[in-house]
Formats: sequence, structure tokens, C-alpha cells
Amino acid sequence: MKHFTDLFVALDQTTKTTVKVKALVRFFQQASDQDKVWVIALFSHRRPRRTVTTSLLREWAAEKANIPLWLFEETYHVVGDLAETIAKVIPNEDLKVDSNAVDLSGWIAYIMALKDEEEAIKKERILSAWDQLNMEERFLFNKLITGGFRVGVSQKLVTKALAKFTDKEENTIAHRLMGNWDPADISFEELILSESVSDDLSKPYPFYLAYALDGEPEDLGIPNDWVAEWKWDGIRGQLIRRKGEVFLWSRGEELVTDKYPEFDYLSSIDCPDFVIDGEILGYQDDMPLPFQQLQKRIGRKKVSKKTLADIPVVLMAYDLLEYNGEDIRTKSYEERRLLLKGLLPEFIFPDTKVILSQQQDFKSWDELAKLREESRERRTEGFMLKKKNSDYKTGRKRGDWWKWKIDPMTVDAVMIYAMRGHGRRANLYTDFTFAVWKGEELVSFAKAYSGLTDDEFREVSQFVKKNTIDRFGPVRAVKPELVFELAFEGINESSRHKSGIALRFPRIKRWRKDKKAKEADTLVYLQNLLQQ
Amino acid sequence: MSLIESKEKGLYCKQADVYIDPWKPVDKAIITHGHSDHSRKGHKAYACVHSSKAIIRHRLGPINVTSYAYGDSFTVNGVQFSFHPAGHIIGSAQIRVEYKGEVWVITGDYKLDDDGISEAYEQLQCHSFITESTFGLPVYNWPNQNEVYDDINNWWSENAEENKTSLLTAYSLGKAQRILHHLDVDIGPIYCHGAIANMNDALIEAGVKLPYYEKVTPELKPDDFKNALVLAPPAATGSAWMKRFKQVSIGVASGWMALRGARRRRGADRGFILSDHADWKGLNMAIKGTGAENIYPTHGYTSIFSKWLVAEGYNAQPIETAFIGESLEVETETP
Ligand SMILES: [Zn+2]
Ligand SMILES: [Zn+2]
Repeated sequence: MKHFTDLFVALDQTTKTTVKVKALVRFFQQASDQDKVWVIALFSHRRPRRTVTTSLLREWAAEKANIPLWLFEETYHVVGDLAETIAKVIPNEDLKVDSNAVDLSGWIAYIMALKDEEEAIKKERILSAWDQLNMEERFLFNKLITGGFRVGVSQKLVTKALAKFTDKEENTIAHRLMGNWDPADISFEELILSESVSDDLSKPYPFYLAYALDGEPEDLGIPNDWVAEWKWDGIRGQLIRRKGEVFLWSRGEELVTDKYPEFDYLSSIDCPDFVIDGEILGYQDDMPLPFQQLQKRIGRKKVSKKTLADIPVVLMAYDLLEYNGEDIRTKSYEERRLLLKGLLPEFIFPDTKVILSQQQDFKSWDELAKLREESRERRTEGFMLKKKNSDYKTGRKRGDWWKWKIDPMTVDAVMIYAMRGHGRRANLYTDFTFAVWKGEELVSFAKAYSGLTDDEFREVSQFVKKNTIDRFGPVRAVKPELVFELAFEGINESSRHKSGIALRFPRIKRWRKDKKAKEADTLVYLQNLLQQ
Repeated sequence: MSLIESKEKGLYCKQADVYIDPWKPVDKAIITHGHSDHSRKGHKAYACVHSSKAIIRHRLGPINVTSYAYGDSFTVNGVQFSFHPAGHIIGSAQIRVEYKGEVWVITGDYKLDDDGISEAYEQLQCHSFITESTFGLPVYNWPNQNEVYDDINNWWSENAEENKTSLLTAYSLGKAQRILHHLDVDIGPIYCHGAIANMNDALIEAGVKLPYYEKVTPELKPDDFKNALVLAPPAATGSAWMKRFKQVSIGVASGWMALRGARRRRGADRGFILSDHADWKGLNMAIKGTGAENIYPTHGYTSIFSKWLVAEGYNAQPIETAFIGESLEVETETP
């Protein structure tokens, strides 16, 4: 486990991306192929199936540490991380065994082998593992069971390191890491090195994400080079049909086919295969439904007939990435749209679920600015501006695509502190402090306390209670996990705040359950708004 | 009525009309040690150990202070008070209070490990023990301090090789000197932030020996710091003072670094687990060693810790201090 422990310690001790990439490359050079695959898996939210419940782990850890369970629970509450709590309450004794005899995949196999064992055997094996590992290793071992390695390593970073290590394009690696693969039965060769394109039918492409326009549209040049597309307020999705099989991915790289049976019919119609980039959108009577409606479907695995009828969903198609089995991302946007348009009439059924997202004609930027004022009525967030000759890029890139959102300005921020409310809401956590990313660090920049429903406040309060990592009087520091979209009327410089900015009238616009903390906005994004 | 009570102004001995570490102005104050949450200004008369006197004077200016040697005692209205090493920082003392055969001990802050620079902890026996419990949770178990000094020196020398400044934050009184004492002077130059340098001067005057270091002054250029280790108080990292360093790695030396979350929130590159407080094991050992029946935890996780002690068979009850848990700074500055 030494290489992995060294890697983890190195990653954990720096906030700098370059140093992290270096550490990952070093690991890839030293570790076994199977350990490589597992590290890629662990840092892209894949973990071994859980074979021991956390409640058993808590019980055994308390017993091992010679403390009552309630004290373990109180301590866990303060620490905020179960794997860490367990690792640290168990006294460090001199190790009798050389834990390096077993590598990362070895320990994972050890954990997976517990699956069908009786509780007594599980206990014996886990306690024995704790005895063989030092504190740092014990922590990692526990993390393998509980999941959630939070060391500021994104899939993007792993991709970068792998590209460096294998001398391949980042795009190629990114595509290979997407989709469904099981670290337990794929080799490094198959996953990364082999030349043949994997035949995993469900594999999506990395999304091309746009930045918010940070100047005037005039700066983009002549209107004729650009296309304006309404920016719909749903969840970005990728609809795939390959060899007649249909898959739907959400932007969080989650396979959500089962949640949206609306698209099942596409497997049985007669048309070329495709991969469409679009927006999953609640849609009824030719109008989008408010995002809050769609949200009711996001959290559920299976949907009831009633939900299906109340909140029907469509895919607003923006772009075509693959046509008839061919990756066409390097064709121009105009060409891709033409193919998309040609493809969509094939779907024409009495009740099509894939709608071509409208483009807006405009002769001048002024004209477009006027149209943009209709955004709210149309239940859109403004425009996406796309260059006609742009190819489809990977990840968030500047230059060819821009978000031109309507006011108020918004920012996606991570909640880091919570405080109880007053009066009617005294038993709920309603006052929050939010942060955005500055490199790998979160800096707080705004407080807000209105905008959620009582139900949502209740849900957030539950989260706060379970995820407190520190307390300062009435204020609780919580795990930075929940992302909220804040709306605000203005932004000013401020020397009073660590972030250097202050927002005017910030309020919670909505809870972005579809976003992970890593996907929240950056301080640079806010500083750019300041410039306007 | 008990010999020592917790009053609005602090811990109070009515029989002698004396306060211990009071946080509001009183006539007679016995001070356990020089940290600002224990030695406050405004009292008419102060009593402390000799090595603490210079520190308190440095912090509070001209005050009326009588100092004693460790082990010395004095009696007020039949109550005998004496000072005993607490091992927390230079000049830190536990206060032993005896009246008609009943003995109380107030620890102030303490640690059991001998840090090589503070007077080493003395295990006392008593009936009632008022103990700090800043780190009274079973996850706080300190690593061997020599390993931590090695880690600090290794970190420094790795940075020095890359011409990077190593900025280490540590509390100005106690932690800073303890680290200075264990730095490997062969790695490169050592600098101290003004606040620490001034504290050092007061201590050197009182007879403490420290290795050679320089004070950070405005004339110094970024290049002067390129392979240096700079000691600074925690508050300095967020200030304009930092602008003088070019390439810098920030380390934090604190018991709070035992938890990953605490280090990440501090934005430190490296956390070194080094505390001047007793860890979980230390607290439990000290308590057991006193033979006391009544335990009163103060500072930190007092209610959880008391509940644990009750389960262990003690009479335990938390003493709430007036000033904890008020602000976000508490964590950074708990001395
Ligand atoms: Zn204290
Ligand atoms: Zn202290």
C-alpha cells in the first residue's frame, strides 16, 4: 500500500495542481497496472462495492478504541469523516506485520472478499486489517470501504496525469474514462492503452462547457459569424443511441436512462445511430416547466406514472456529436447542426421527445440584446452564443462558446457555514455562508438566508446536522458539498471580506442538486463580473 | 460551599479572596501562565512564577506583580497557594490550593511531554482537579514530538532546495520558541516575525536560550528569504505582511492539525501536529495520576469530556469559560 499512501499524502499536502499532477505521474510510473486502474477509479467516484455497513464499522472501532459508542459518535460528529475518526481513535501500536506486502488492489480484494461472509468473520478481518496498518494507511483502508477521497483531485487532473504518463491526447483519455467500466474487471491495457476503440456502447463524450460572457457581445466580432441559441433551464444531457440501444447521461456523468423512460421509444424507431448533446427539460404545452418541477424527478431512481404525467420531459437538442457511428466533433458547428436537423424529423411521431433547440436570427448585437429581454417569458436563462465554425471541444473552454445570461447575475456557490434561523424557523438552519473556488481552496464571499422552501430548509438542516465538521458558537462549519445558485443585484469590491468582493442583495435562487461542489464557480468568475 | 468556585469574573477562592486567571479586573489574581486568555490586564495585584513575570510584563506593561519559584508557597487567611510546573510553555504553572487538609489543583493549560524548553510537568495529588480539556476527544493523539521536529526540518530542507521560503505559523508565545529550539540551523537562515521576535527578546532577558535568528524587517528582499524558515503568528498569513515572500510554502504547527478538515480550512500546504496541550491520553493519565475524585474540565469539549469521566467513575462537571466559542478566531488562536 506504500505507493498509494505516498500518493495520497503528496496530494493531500498541496493545493497546487502542477504538484498534484506530478505526484500522480510518479504514482503511475511506480505502481502495478491494477493499482493504476484502481486509482483512476477512486478519483472518478468509483469505489469497491460496500461489503461492511458503516454502523458495524462504528461499533467495532469504538470497541477497539476502548470507548463507549456514544463517545465515538460525538467524536465522529466533530471530525466529520468516519474513515478519519476510526483511523484516529484506534491507538497506534507497533506494527507486527509489513503492510507493504499487500498493495492497493490487494487490500481492495481483501475488502471485496468480505461480501458473503458472516458478521463474525467480517469483524475479525477488519480488526486484523486495522492492526496491520498504520494510522495513515488505516484511514485509506477505511476510505476504500466508505468512499469519498476528497483530496482535490478531479477526473480532469487524473486525465492530465494519464495523458502525460502515456503520451496520449487528453481528449482521448477523457473519453476513455467516461461511461461504465468496472475497475474490478478491466486492465490498464484495456482501459487506457489499447488502440482499438472500446465497444462500450454507452460511453458518452466529455461535454463542451462555456464560460459566461465577460465583455460586451460586440467584442465577439461580426454577428454573422455567430449563432444565438436559447439557454434552457434544465439539466445538460447526452442522449446516445448506438446499435439501437439508448442511453441518457447527465452532466454529472451519471447514467440516468432509467429516470427518463420518455426516451425508450428511440430504440425501436428506424434511424441512424447518434449522440446528441442537449438539455433535459420539463416541458408541457409547448412551454418549458420551471426548473423546480424537473428537480422533483432528479432525485428519484424510478418515476411513477403520476410524475411522468405531471412533469413530462423532453430533450432540447443543441448539437450532434456522433452520427451513424462516426465521431463528428471536429466538424464545424454549422455542419453538425445541419446533420442534427436532418436527423430529427426521423423522430417525428405524434409526440416527439427530442426537439431541435431554436436558434435566433439576428442582424445586430443590439437586436439580440432586445430579444434577450424576452428570456424570462420564454423560461430561458438567456442566450448561448456559438461560433458557426467552432468544433466541439472538451470541458470548459473560452473563445468559441459563451453563456450570455440574463440578469440578475448568478453564481453557483458551495455552502460552508450554517446558522440557525429565528422565530418560526428557530429549529432550522437557515443562515448560510457560501464560498467559491480559488484554486483548490474555497473562499467565503456571501451570506444568504432566503429563497428556499420550508421543506428544502428542513432537508438542508438535516444535512447540516449530519455533516458538521466544526462548531464556533452558534455557527457550524459543514462539509462543503451542497451547491446553491445565488442571485444578486450587483457586485462591489470590498476590503472587509477575505474574497475581496461583496454582493448586493444575495439570495438563494435554487438548490443545485445536480451539481457537485467541484462544479461551483470560481473567484475569478466573480472578479470578472466586477470588471463589467 | 467549595474551596474554589466558578464566578462571573473567573475561578475564585472565597476564603482567601483570590482569583485564579480571572478574565475581569479583580484585586488579587494568581496567574497560571502568560497567554492572553489567562493573564488579563486590570488586576490590582498579580502573582506568578519568576519565569512568567517577564512575559506578563512584556504583554501588560508596568503592573504590580510578585513572583515565586516553583514549589514556593504563600498563605492567605489560612489558605496555602503554591506553583508547580505545567509543562505548557515557559513559566506555566499549576496552582495548588490547600485549606484545612483539602487540596485543589488548577492546571491552567498543560502537557505531559517534556518539550525541552518549558519546565516539565509535575504530577500532583489532590481531591479536586480543575483541568483544561482543549483536546478532550479520543481522536487527538499526538505523534512523537521528535518525529514532528524531523518532519518540520525535512519540509524546510526540501523547500530550501527549490529556493522556496518555508513559512511556519505558530503561536508567538510558547510554540514559536519550542520550534526555534528544535530547528536544524544548518539548513538555512531563520527569521522571526516582529511579534515573535519581541516575545523572544523578553524571554532572552529572562534567561531563556534560543538559537540565532533574524527579525523580518522592511529592508529585506524576497531573495533573502529564499531558503529560509520564517516563523510567524497565525494571523500574519492573511495580511499584507506576506507580500514580501515570493515562492512560499505555508506550514501550520498546531494540535488542530490532527484533523484533516482543520488543515484544509486553514489553506495550509503542510500541517504539523504539535501542541502545547495534553492529548486525549495525556489528559486521562494526568487525571488518574492526581487521585482526585472531583474533576472539573474547562476549555474545549468540556461536556463530552465530563460525560466520559462520569462513565469512568469520577464526579465530573464542566466549568464553562466566559470567552470560548464566540468567534471563528478561537480555533486559530487558542493558545
Ligand atoms: Zn488557555
Ligand atoms: Zn495557554
